[in-house]
Amino acid sequence: MSEIKHVKPSIQEVLESGKFLVTGEIGPPKGPDIAEMTEHIELLKDKVHAMNITDNQSSVMRYPSIGTALLIKEMGGEPILQVTCRDRNRMAIEADLLFAYTRGVRSVLCLTGDSIPVGDHKDAKSVFDLESAQLLNLIRTMEDGKDTGGNEMNGSVSFFKGAIVTPEADPLEPQLMKFKKKVDAGAQWFQTQAIYDMDHFAKFMKVAREYDIKLQAGLVLLVSAGMAKYMNANVPGVMVPQDLIDEMASAEKGKALDTGIKIMARQIRQIREEGLADGVHIMAIGKEGVVPRILEEAELDISAL
Amino acid sequence: MIITNQKPFETILKELEDAKSVFLVGCGDCATLCETGGTDQVAEMAEKLKAEGKLITGMIVPDVGCHELDVKKEFRVHKDELEKADALLVMSCGAGCQAARSATDKPIMPSNDTLFLGNIMRYGQFEEKCRLCGDCLLDVTGAICPVARCHKGILNGPCGGTNEGKCEVDPEKDCAWTLIYQQLEKEGKLDKMREYRPPKNWNAVLKPGRHAIERKKGGEANE
Repeated sequence: MSEIKHVKPSIQEVLESGKFLVTGEIGPPKGPDIAEMTEHIELLKDKVHAMNITDNQSSVMRYPSIGTALLIKEMGGEPILQVTCRDRNRMAIEADLLFAYTRGVRSVLCLTGDSIPVGDHKDAKSVFDLESAQLLNLIRTMEDGKDTGGNEMNGSVSFFKGAIVTPEADPLEPQLMKFKKKVDAGAQWFQTQAIYDMDHFAKFMKVAREYDIKLQAGLVLLVSAGMAKYMNANVPGVMVPQDLIDEMASAEKGKALDTGIKIMARQIRQIREEGLADGVHIMAIGKEGVVPRILEEAELDISAL
Repeated sequence: MIITNQKPFETILKELEDAKSVFLVGCGDCATLCETGGTDQVAEMAEKLKAEGKLITGMIVPDVGCHELDVKKEFRVHKDELEKADALLVMSCGAGCQAARSATDKPIMPSNDTLFLGNIMRYGQFEEKCRLCGDCLLDVTGAICPVARCHKGILNGPCGGTNEGKCEVDPEKDCAWTLIYQQLEKEGKLDKMREYRPPKNWNAVLKPGRHAIERKKGGEANE
């Protein structure tokens, strides 16, 4: 195996050095034209520490997360490979992880995955051989040089293992039980589902701080008051408080995006100043181009950390 | 019981397009309760097919449509009517169709889609509560099955799609893990939910399933 050249520090190194971890997200396209995605990667790779790559997000078939992770690596960025359990059984996931490891992917975010009927291949067979906690444990097994069939491999892998948690889940207690299971299964860092209510988040962090893990607050860019209302009605575990909806609604015509940017920048500053989390994960779904502006308004320059 | 739903009549007619004469087979058990293969539905189907110009050579409703020996016996009794038929329309589940399959070489067409193993909630309403996985874990889930009742069939608690106790794929359906949580809380046994469940053996029953009751030597078995 040829030596992998890492241009950026790994997110584990960033977190362990005590720096505020800033990550973005790349949503691969539907189809072989990766020009726009490549632009987004170019735009983000030096502005954030690393980029998540979604894995057939929302059960919609897209360019693969693993392919995008390698592209980011080639372009001198740092990928966070998202792996879901929806489309691959344990054997396929293990093989993909071997591939990812040998090509320099160092961070893996483990998810169960959305269900098939919410996506665009409604007749497809869903797999869910495993779920997120079992996937974390699978990686740990591979780190011990074995596969989940109990067979010895000719070496071991090593990943910084991540998972997600939904601080606004209703009911919350089962979510917290699963959170702990993920910690026990080897999760070293977490990204949250989109959070907007900082008081709720601060309360959640009191629980999360009991564990020896790092945690990034997940932030989704609001682009309109309608989007906020839509998420409240349709996205489980997301709650945009009324004052933020009002703030979005009061934006001048054509200025809603500016207001969304302003809100997120304010949230980032608050999280950083109050030490609410170890970093932020910025999801600017479809608006990746404005991430540098958000960071500028948040006065967050990773090269100066 | 096995829940079935009758296919659209046009689909059934299409299945039978090459058959001028048809022998009908119902089921006295599950398909009767699902109103897809009881005496009434078989008689009704006979009338509808006659109206489409088909000759009905005969019809039977075996007590249990998937009991292969009994179905064979019934077929022997109705040998002449069967002989005259170009095809059989089996108004039972997939298992019933295949019990008929092993009893004749005639073409067999299904009138029903077979949906799931279901509980009867009230008359004419059924819900799936067991997925026949061969490796029962109801002892640790408050007797509520996540394999059957969680859309994703996951084993370590709710996914991110759970919402106020409902499922992301259908807000009419309960989140199984919320139900499990509530039940174990009532029992004071939430620790069972906190325990990590390893990946499941999905091949506990090697497909296709086969099972024979083991008989003790000198016991009750008919040797």
